[in-house]
Amino acid sequence: MKRILMLLVLAFAAVCVPARICAAVSDNGEEKKGFDPKETIFEHLGDGYGWEVPFNHHKRIPLPIIVWGKDGLHCFLSSRVEHGKSYTDGNATFLIAGADSKYKGKIVEIVDGQEYRPWDISITKNVCALFITVLLVVWSILAVARWHKRMGTKAPRKMVGALESLITFIYDGVIRPTLKDRAPKFAPYLLSVFFFILYMNLLGLIVVFPGGANLTGNIAVTLVLSIITFLCTNIFGTKHYWKEVLWPDVPLWLKFPLPIMPVIEIFGIFTKPAALTVRLFANMLGGHMIVIVLTILIFVFASMGAVVAGATTVMSVLFSVFMLLIDVLVSFIQAYVFTMLSTIFISFGQEQGHDSHHPATQATVVENQ
Amino acid sequence: MELFTPDFGLIFWMFFSFAILFVILYKWGWPAIMKGVESRADLIDKGVEYAQNAKEQLDNARAEAEKYIAEARRRQADMLREADKMKTQIIDEAREAAQKEAKKVMDAAALSIEQERKEAQRQMRDEVGALALEIATKVVRNRMTETKAQAELVDSLLDDMEKQN
Repeated sequence: MKRILMLLVLAFAAVCVPARICAAVSDNGEEKKGFDPKETIFEHLGDGYGWEVPFNHHKRIPLPIIVWGKDGLHCFLSSRVEHGKSYTDGNATFLIAGADSKYKGKIVEIVDGQEYRPWDISITKNVCALFITVLLVVWSILAVARWHKRMGTKAPRKMVGALESLITFIYDGVIRPTLKDRAPKFAPYLLSVFFFILYMNLLGLIVVFPGGANLTGNIAVTLVLSIITFLCTNIFGTKHYWKEVLWPDVPLWLKFPLPIMPVIEIFGIFTKPAALTVRLFANMLGGHMIVIVLTILIFVFASMGAVVAGATTVMSVLFSVFMLLIDVLVSFIQAYVFTMLSTIFISFGQEQGHDSHHPATQATVVENQ
Repeated sequence: MELFTPDFGLIFWMFFSFAILFVILYKWGWPAIMKGVESRADLIDKGVEYAQNAKEQLDNARAEAEKYIAEARRRQADMLREADKMKTQIIDEAREAAQKEAKKVMDAAALSIEQERKEAQRQMRDEVGALALEIATKVVRNRMTETKAQAELVDSLLDDMEKQN
């Protein structure tokens, strides 16, 4: 009975929703000129100076814009420049560049009628989401730490237990087996990275305010993380690691007149973090994009009549729910893989000469996944 | 395509916020958790070891107790057997003694009966003798009144004496 009722409701919704969308599309003069899926996709995946609120396309949560223009620092709220308005702060005029500008969607300063891109460290949507993530990570990990200080050796339950099992899963499952006795030295960084990425990924799946920012699907974020891993690998690299890079254990002709292997190895130093950057970025971007594309299909098919639109709606909703569920899994897996690869790259830098084959084989296995 | 060209602002804030996150967690987060987890693992290990020891000891104690109980049972059985033996012995001895006593009493009784009998015989003989003598005296007196009879008697007596000799 319940199932039948649910099907009826779904069928009704499938007919009604597209009808309303058709109506909305024809009512709204702005959207009548044609719905641009690509525009919408990249608007949702990209950064923004305000934070969208559900059910309203015009109002946004204003966020501070901080720019270093021609004449110094300017701070103002993004609500002053939304909808193409320009804002004059002292002698400088700012606006968000329009679609035909090369700085499309970015804040620009108008100097002598020309658009000039100032140094921009605005608290954008992504930066704000970043802060929220940092607060959440710090709060939850400190909660576990505080619990440990207060409760001593009692058994952890609920949230603390869940977080602790994650921590030990990463520490005992990834960090310790790979880094061995060096594990305690790098564990704080690797665990921080894991939780940071995991929270960013999961927050990215929440559609409304505290989430919704496509953080790990933004190359700047993953780039910074892999640069830190790169620095960790090379700054703490052992003598043996540098010997492997510059004078590897291969036949002489591969490295003497023409330093083929050293060149490849040095190249490898940089490709590793690059791979790290791109894999997380691409995986998360892909997940978000599929969900958005599935949703946009509804709007694309909305113009083809109620029946087609209805069928598309049902399929799209089902598929995007499925994709979102998979994305929850992917969020965890990508955080795990990033941590594991970072651990392995750092362990390359920690090689002491003899047990060098073990991490190498592990790395091949992982990179083939 | 800002997604593929890293934005300066985001990179800056990312470095900044990750650094803050890392410093806070490095100082107050991870060490406390690691220490806590480690010490709890130690405690659990110790607890398990303790429990194993306790179980071992308990098992030992149980075995010991069983040994004592078996020993006690054995002793009890021994004692019972001993007591039984002693009982039989005592009864035998008592019986023997009683028999001996009974025999003594019987012997004494038999002896006294014999003596009594003998005494009674003797008395009877005396009495019978006296009686016979009296009767004889009376008979003789009666007979002696006749001379012929007297002579006959003397003759017969003499005959008897002759025959006896």
